[in-house]
Amino acid sequence: MLSIENITHSIDAWLNGKFSPTVVLLLESVIVGLCVIGLFAVLGLVLVLMERKVSAYMQVRLGPNRVGPAGTLQTVADTLKLAMKEGLTPDGADKLLFNLAPFLVIVVAMMILAPVAFAKGIQIWDINIGVLYITAISSLSVVGVLMAGWASNNKYSLLGAMRSGAQIVSYELSAGMSVISIVVLTGSLRISDIITSQQDGWWLFKGHIPAMISFIIFIIAVTAETNRAPFDLAEAESELTAGFHTEYSGMRFALFFLAEYVNVFIVCAIAATLFLGGWMPLHIGHWAGFNRVMDYIPSSLWFMGKTFFLIFVIMWFRWTFPRLRIDQLLNLEWKYLLPMSMVNLLLMTVISIEGWHF
Amino acid sequence: MIEELGTTEQGDLVINLGPQHPSTHGVLHLVITLSGETIRKVEPHLGYIHRSIEKMCESLSYRQFIYVTSRMDYLSSHINNHGCALCVEKGLQIEIPERAKVIRVLMDELTRLASHQLWWGAMAMDVGALTPFFHAFRERESINDIMEETCGARLTMNYMVPGGVMADIHPNFQKKVKEFVRYFNTKIDEYDELVTDNIIFKSRMKGIGYLSPESAVSYGCTGPTARGSGVSCDIRKLYPYEVYGRVSFEEVIDGGGDCFARYNVRMQEMRQSVSIIEQLIDNIPEGEFQAKTKAVLKLPKGEFYSRVETARGEFGVYIISEGGTTPYRIKFRSPGFSNLSALDHMARGHKIGDLVAIMGTLDLVIPDIDR
Repeated sequence: MLSIENITHSIDAWLNGKFSPTVVLLLESVIVGLCVIGLFAVLGLVLVLMERKVSAYMQVRLGPNRVGPAGTLQTVADTLKLAMKEGLTPDGADKLLFNLAPFLVIVVAMMILAPVAFAKGIQIWDINIGVLYITAISSLSVVGVLMAGWASNNKYSLLGAMRSGAQIVSYELSAGMSVISIVVLTGSLRISDIITSQQDGWWLFKGHIPAMISFIIFIIAVTAETNRAPFDLAEAESELTAGFHTEYSGMRFALFFLAEYVNVFIVCAIAATLFLGGWMPLHIGHWAGFNRVMDYIPSSLWFMGKTFFLIFVIMWFRWTFPRLRIDQLLNLEWKYLLPMSMVNLLLMTVISIEGWHF
Repeated sequence: MIEELGTTEQGDLVINLGPQHPSTHGVLHLVITLSGETIRKVEPHLGYIHRSIEKMCESLSYRQFIYVTSRMDYLSSHINNHGCALCVEKGLQIEIPERAKVIRVLMDELTRLASHQLWWGAMAMDVGALTPFFHAFRERESINDIMEETCGARLTMNYMVPGGVMADIHPNFQKKVKEFVRYFNTKIDEYDELVTDNIIFKSRMKGIGYLSPESAVSYGCTGPTARGSGVSCDIRKLYPYEVYGRVSFEEVIDGGGDCFARYNVRMQEMRQSVSIIEQLIDNIPEGEFQAKTKAVLKLPKGEFYSRVETARGEFGVYIISEGGTTPYRIKFRSPGFSNLSALDHMARGHKIGDLVAIMGTLDLVIPDIDR
């Protein structure tokens, strides 16, 4: 059967036959880098269009429908427009930090992609501490946001960055706790191990109620971490105009915008990997016939389907809920989500030790 | 406590909210003193859209000046026009036909509905929910269509003239209004489901921006803002004009005093407006739609005052006449100005996000404040 795995393996074998191992590593890095950049561009275009269409249908509108068939090229046109715009640097801004911030944010988003498994065998770097790596790198993005807010020399930006800092740092805790509860079950930090452990059922269903609780907490926490409504306090357009990226224009604004959507994709991909089995098809225990039918659906489709379903859920939040206030936001995390996820982790540990999970 | 919050200290952050800011709904400029995220003081700066309407009115005839008032509170332009027409009629001492009275009240209530719908959408947008805005505009659109058919315009209708209304209602008017009422009765429950019962929305609204009945009176607040503090001030009830004395409706009063009370008052007022429309739409009396008036109107020497209840509160028109064809002096009492003056009192000690929510519940229209 032709699968993407075979293609990558054949490319690898062909390169190894031609060049020395060091050159192969270098070449493969370049290829992978280009793929990631390509993926970023495509993701940005698709997700922005998806957001606009989803919001339009929820708001009794049509959404973009002029550029290209059914408006599909609208985001391409928008990107072109942004690319042609002048990138202003305000007076009194810290030029170095101001210009560096959007790139830092985007680079962080790119780095998180490394251990994500897109399909069977499509994974850039199957590092043995994959989950830890993701959690560690994702906390770096707050640095970019703080830099942007501070360097803009704008009070709105500063307020937005302050909010964002408080928010990302606190919600990382419960997101991390939820991730750990799955790690407790699998006993491995390696992404590929976590996916293979869900061969006979996804952790969401196998892990009893604690898994569902940690899934819900994870979705709430990552919505907050990516600064999406109802936790979009860092941008809060009705309060802070555009928050930390108020002063950005042109391509640098586009990078922030792109990073937001790619981050949404990444957190949904991680949620899909940890709780919904990543590229693993839906398998139920010993139903061999059912499992075989499910296997016919390509693994990449499974992964993308799950991820985009979660992305839709997060978009659904955005276009339904009002925004929380900063103190309510922090209350929710420190008084409710964090204690809940701690107790939940304890429960999960007991389940794991006693072997009560399926 | 409030005095202490009102002072500024070294290290406080002073930011300018507006005049171009997405949450001020116009060119309102607020200078906010912040300590962290907590508001110590809010100072509204006005005058960005001052067009000296009162002075302009002094050089316009009694027929003409009414139309200028559409440009004040453009969301309840009908009701502004109505107040002016009432004042001129008071001076001329003419009785307007029954049909005109009913049409005027119907139009007023439709305007109030449209205004409250827009407020509801904008209010939800202020607290971060963008979807309700579009839902509100969908319903507002059908009111605008009704207005367009009868008055020929959608925003600044200029339909009220001294002596009645400018033209008779469109043949489709009754049918369309009934259709709209039937449709809107289902939608208003949807509004409650989507926004009012939302737990985040409630927590953003309850206990925020408290305004005691005493301060509401001393700041001169009127309309839903004062009624949200438990002050009875509905001109339609207290000093009934046109046919308001004959229709049965309740003055909505909520003693909560916080943002949610003000929100609730407006939501219930929409239901009351619908009920007024339902009572009147089948009972428009036959007859003239306009009383016979002279071509050139001259008010006798003297002072005349009339007031109406707009969507935002009490709108007063004060005319001093020297007996000529134009008023000697005109003074408008607009609800927005005095409602805005309570903003500082309400916002102190709250967060920036709350300030936006409080401003939303005041339902400010800036041209009404600046005139």
